[in-house]
Amino acid sequence: MKTLACSLTVLLGALGASVSMAADEPSPQAVKLYDTYCVQCHGVNRDGNGINSATMAVKPRDHTDSKAMGDTPDDLLFKAIKSGGLSVSKSVLMPTWGGVLTDDEIRLLVQYLRFVSKTQSTTNQ
Amino acid sequence: MKRTRAQFVTILAAVLVPALTHAGKGEEILQSQCSSCHALSKPEDTSLDRLLNRKGPDLYYAGVKFNKEWLVRWLQAPTRIRPAGVMYRKVVKAGPAGSADVVDESLLPSHMKLSAEDAAAAAEALAALGADSPLVTKGAFKGGAPNVMMASLLFNKLRGCSSCHAAKPGEPPHSGPELYTAGDRLKPDFVAEYIRDPQKFDPHIWMPKLELNDGDIQKLTGYLMTLKQEGGK
Repeated sequence: MKTLACSLTVLLGALGASVSMAADEPSPQAVKLYDTYCVQCHGVNRDGNGINSATMAVKPRDHTDSKAMGDTPDDLLFKAIKSGGLSVSKSVLMPTWGGVLTDDEIRLLVQYLRFVSKTQSTTNQ
Repeated sequence: MKRTRAQFVTILAAVLVPALTHAGKGEEILQSQCSSCHALSKPEDTSLDRLLNRKGPDLYYAGVKFNKEWLVRWLQAPTRIRPAGVMYRKVVKAGPAGSADVVDESLLPSHMKLSAEDAAAAAEALAALGADSPLVTKGAFKGGAPNVMMASLLFNKLRGCSSCHAAKPGEPPHSGPELYTAGDRLKPDFVAEYIRDPQKFDPHIWMPKLELNDGDIQKLTGYLMTLKQEGGK
């Protein structure tokens, strides 16, 4: 088992990626930011069922979807929040938040998404 | 000559005193009935917490935002402009499984109504609030009739405005204010400036600052000015 863990670490190092587990407790600041800016589309349960989703042509991302969120690296999440859905070849209905949120706040949200989706943080290096 | 001057003063007083009293009454109404929920002067606190906890939209720039005629009508018979309240997160709750969140209507306060006389006085006072505000540049909206079909496409599809704002009555509640009365309610220069930079008016507001070019802003503003429910449609 120990050998397997060592192998995995070496493998990820070779791939130029670092992995860390989601935090046990979310940052209160991240929750506040999510509740302010994201819940309107992504929903109080973080599952893509925000109040605005009823009339949206493209359903907002379900942030509790471990598979889809696990497949999305941190830098892509950061870019989607900062520069909008189009910047990552997704829906225009995901707006650009870079004019409202600081980079640090967006990083905090990316960490929070890892908590919500119960996925690991993966950063391409 | 003396008699003529006295007559002039009398006439002047007859004109000015009611006008001043009217203005004074409007200001008194704003202070006594509006100020507990609305900022009538620019708040020093520009934090997110302040925005999250305010009870009503700021009115310190009402003079450059609202059409006075609409204010007079609305203050007598207020309708709900924000279907999910001033801060949507405080009133939305999860809907049935797999469905969109819903508004808890019991958490939405009703706006007070004013008499016709008080509404006129309050609207007069509101029209004077921030009337010279640098927040709005006169001529920000360059005018001109929009291509409604193209502008509607921008609003509904290409720029995603309809995700948060209803453009016609009867839509499910959205997080943002309805815009199907925008043409009655709002001044076009304000609309153009707000679309360009919402946070200039409401720091930290949950409306994204989109990277729109001036052409899009003009088209969207022109389109919104066509959205009217009262007269003129």
